[in-house]
Amino acid sequence: MVESDKTIKGIKFGILSPEMIRKISVTAVVTPEVYDENGIPIEGGVMDPRLGVIEPGQRCATCGNTLAQCPGHFGHLELAKPIIHIGYVRHIFMLLKTTCHSCNRVKIPEEDVLRYRDLYRRLRNRWPQLASSLIEFIRQKASKALECPHCGSRQFKIRLEKPATFIEEGGRGKLYPDVIKQWLSNIPNTDLEILGIDPEVARPEWMIINVLAIPPIAVRPSIVLETGMRAEDDLTHKLVDIIRANEKLKEALNSGAPEIILEDLWELLQYHVMTYIDNELPGVPVAKRRSGMPLKTLSQRLKGKEGRFRGNLSGKRVDYSARTVISPDPNLGINEVGVPYEVAMTLTVPEYVTQWNLDKMREYVLNGPYRWPGANYVIDPSGRRLDLRYVKDLKALAESLKPGYIVERHLVNGDIVMFNRQPSLHRMSIMVHRVRVLPGKTFRLHLAVCPPYNADFDGDEMNLHVPQTVEARAEAEELLLVEKHILTPRYGGPIIGGIQDYISGGYLLTLKSTLLTKDQVSDLLATIDYLGEIPEPAILSPVEAWTGKQIFSLLLPEDFNFIGETRLSSGNLKCSSDECFWDTLLLVKKGRILAGVIDKTVIGSQQPKSMMHYLIMDKGVEVGAEFMNKAFKLFLRYIEMVGFTMTLDNVKPDERALEESAKVISDSYGEVQKLIDMYRAGQLEPVPGRTLSETLEIRILDVLARARDDAGSASIKYMSLTNPVYIMARTGARGGNLNITQMSVVLGQQSVRGERIWRGYRGRVLSHYKYGDLSPKAKGFVESSFYRGLTPLEVFFHSAGGREGLVDTAVRTSQSGYMQRRLINALQDLYIEYDMSVRSLYGELVQFKYGEDSVDPKKTAFGKAVDIDRIIVKNVGWRMSV
Amino acid sequence: MSDKKKRIEEKILEHELVPKHELLTREEALGVLRELGIRPEQLPWIRASDPIAKLLGAKPGDIIRIVRKSPTAGTSVAYRFVVVG
Repeated sequence: MVESDKTIKGIKFGILSPEMIRKISVTAVVTPEVYDENGIPIEGGVMDPRLGVIEPGQRCATCGNTLAQCPGHFGHLELAKPIIHIGYVRHIFMLLKTTCHSCNRVKIPEEDVLRYRDLYRRLRNRWPQLASSLIEFIRQKASKALECPHCGSRQFKIRLEKPATFIEEGGRGKLYPDVIKQWLSNIPNTDLEILGIDPEVARPEWMIINVLAIPPIAVRPSIVLETGMRAEDDLTHKLVDIIRANEKLKEALNSGAPEIILEDLWELLQYHVMTYIDNELPGVPVAKRRSGMPLKTLSQRLKGKEGRFRGNLSGKRVDYSARTVISPDPNLGINEVGVPYEVAMTLTVPEYVTQWNLDKMREYVLNGPYRWPGANYVIDPSGRRLDLRYVKDLKALAESLKPGYIVERHLVNGDIVMFNRQPSLHRMSIMVHRVRVLPGKTFRLHLAVCPPYNADFDGDEMNLHVPQTVEARAEAEELLLVEKHILTPRYGGPIIGGIQDYISGGYLLTLKSTLLTKDQVSDLLATIDYLGEIPEPAILSPVEAWTGKQIFSLLLPEDFNFIGETRLSSGNLKCSSDECFWDTLLLVKKGRILAGVIDKTVIGSQQPKSMMHYLIMDKGVEVGAEFMNKAFKLFLRYIEMVGFTMTLDNVKPDERALEESAKVISDSYGEVQKLIDMYRAGQLEPVPGRTLSETLEIRILDVLARARDDAGSASIKYMSLTNPVYIMARTGARGGNLNITQMSVVLGQQSVRGERIWRGYRGRVLSHYKYGDLSPKAKGFVESSFYRGLTPLEVFFHSAGGREGLVDTAVRTSQSGYMQRRLINALQDLYIEYDMSVRSLYGELVQFKYGEDSVDPKKTAFGKAVDIDRIIVKNVGWRMSV
Repeated sequence: MSDKKKRIEEKILEHELVPKHELLTREEALGVLRELGIRPEQLPWIRASDPIAKLLGAKPGDIIRIVRKSPTAGTSVAYRFVVVG
């Protein structure tokens, strides 16, 4: 450090006093003219050269520095009459209410003033909250006084007329700023202290401006347009307005103009100064540019999402980042990201030249900025930065490289980058991937990492960041690598896992009926780079054949045991013993699948207690990641081999199914009609807390929902086990029974806000129905299926229901975004102390034990210290029978 | 003194949703503070006017221990510093 190390203990905000403004000012601004006819800034104008350098190369008229060094300098403007600072109106109002209009003391008896002051001083450090409520109490007490305890004069009521006019009711009437300034400057320091004002840094009379600080030009730079025209900053415009209004007022004062004119001009100056500070004041006309755009003045620069605080200080734009559309690539590993050549040749990593990487670095430099893998810059030991685009002789430069140089080389395979998709709602939204440079223009990612990012490929874009130091890279890799986030801290289960085709593929491969020829086995094993022996075929004659389970088992560690029911194990396919015919109980002994199939509950993402979860818990995330890389490739290769698709016929309802579902639905219609008749006859028993008609609606909704479910299960019953739609629903790859029902038999009741659709005409939704028709069809029950096609009226109801869904998502995202922001702001600085308590930065206890049990869900077996059942299966599972 | 009111107040402690509260002695309180390494006001606060504090007869400056059932940890212990109010 330069002279001495200074540590910041705190920051204190105060108000600039007129004296201070004059002291820091380098020039008085006296004229509204900005430039002369030659376009040279006029001295004494708002662009006075003494306020700072504007053009590069110039030297500052005040400090003699160049553009880069000169911090800019303040000027000042003497106002002809004092003006109320709009930001302090509330404080001024408080002070006027709590102090006496004639002696200007706080309206609290002398002895109380001293008592309160001592109390306040004692409270201030130890009990800040109490101190501030004491202040609030004193303020209220003081403003209630009808008579001044010091001078005994009667007090008037002060009224604030927005935005900045104070009226003394029954007294002097309107209080002008100069009167207020006088009043405020008479309040003694001791009185201010108990009103919560620190007079050392914020004397109240400074809240009334009579000297205006003119900010440096650097704060309000003018832009030169292509036409050569100068466009001034909004602040400069506003300052010119202020000066002009001030000049006019000054002239009028000097010439002894009538009171009314003076007051108007004063009012105008007040308006300009007000809007200079805040241009969004309620009840004040907005100052606009000639184009009609509201001016962005001081307050607007700071406020809001794009303001100085949230836009420039809490969040910044960064270098070494890229953003483009994402697309899937099942051939990548889950830890990888595909990066286009163009991006890889723009983003760089600084690498120190050492004797060990000298040859490699020379190669990069030789390749130059336009050939991958090359380099864009070389920094020599003196710190000079060479742009390789302009280096004539790359060969010579490459030769001259020696340890001590830094080469900013292109991104190459294996580099560490951070990958992110907004909204970044949890920590898995930013993960580290290893670079794989690929042709094309999109970022490529493995499909299994879609769930943590919540990404799909309908046009999603993602961001990529390149850490620039070895420390940053090491930290990022250790903490953020994808495989370290396979398990989520939310529930401890894997959030990265099989989705969609991976699940169907796994199921098809491990089906009992899947037999593979030697050619197929070779193909499959080649895709996963299997180098071992091909296992003994399960069937030797007439042709050698292998089961899918055999192939998949090659990927499992040899000492891995697992027993668990699959998703398919339900209804009439339920399996609870290892002798079960339906093959729905997964049995893995010594790394071999003996029975059972693979489905969502075995390898799926967001499936706690699955085989994948236990595999990761037993063998670690590296094994888990490697397993996923290979298994998923295997499944995809198999699903490619056999082919998997769906067609219209797959959702065609069976004849019997149609009959049954039609009966179910007509029965339900009868039931509904009965309910309506009962309702009309007044025989319906109301549900407690509901009106009769509400009861009817609830009952009808219930009947119809049941009807749809019954119709659905009636038809699903007849679906073939080889039907791909059914396979997808059962294995959990995509869709569920509801989707099948809607496609093949009946769409069911459409609803808006959880009610049957009733809005429209009086007593009916559309003119096609009779007044007061309560039947299912008149209120949005769609008895067609997507297979059969909807009638026009049904389409109407369906779209009404669909619209609600769209609106809901739109509303929900904005609401949850705001909620997230507030939560993060409240919780971001909390930390876990070594004693496992959660504390704030000030040492306050928030939780006595993190989560009451100080358990990291990621690192424990479902919150328990030991998972006995699992330990048994893990160790002797190979001997167990279920 | 309304007999009825008293009974309701006593019932607060018996309610299954109200965890066990107890007033610490001075020695216990000091022990707790030493263990946590904090000043009393860094604990979460409870007002002396809080029904449960009134029932325990807690005065500002006291520390209350709360032992509650927790779905994750079985039982968990928390403390409250009694403040004016």
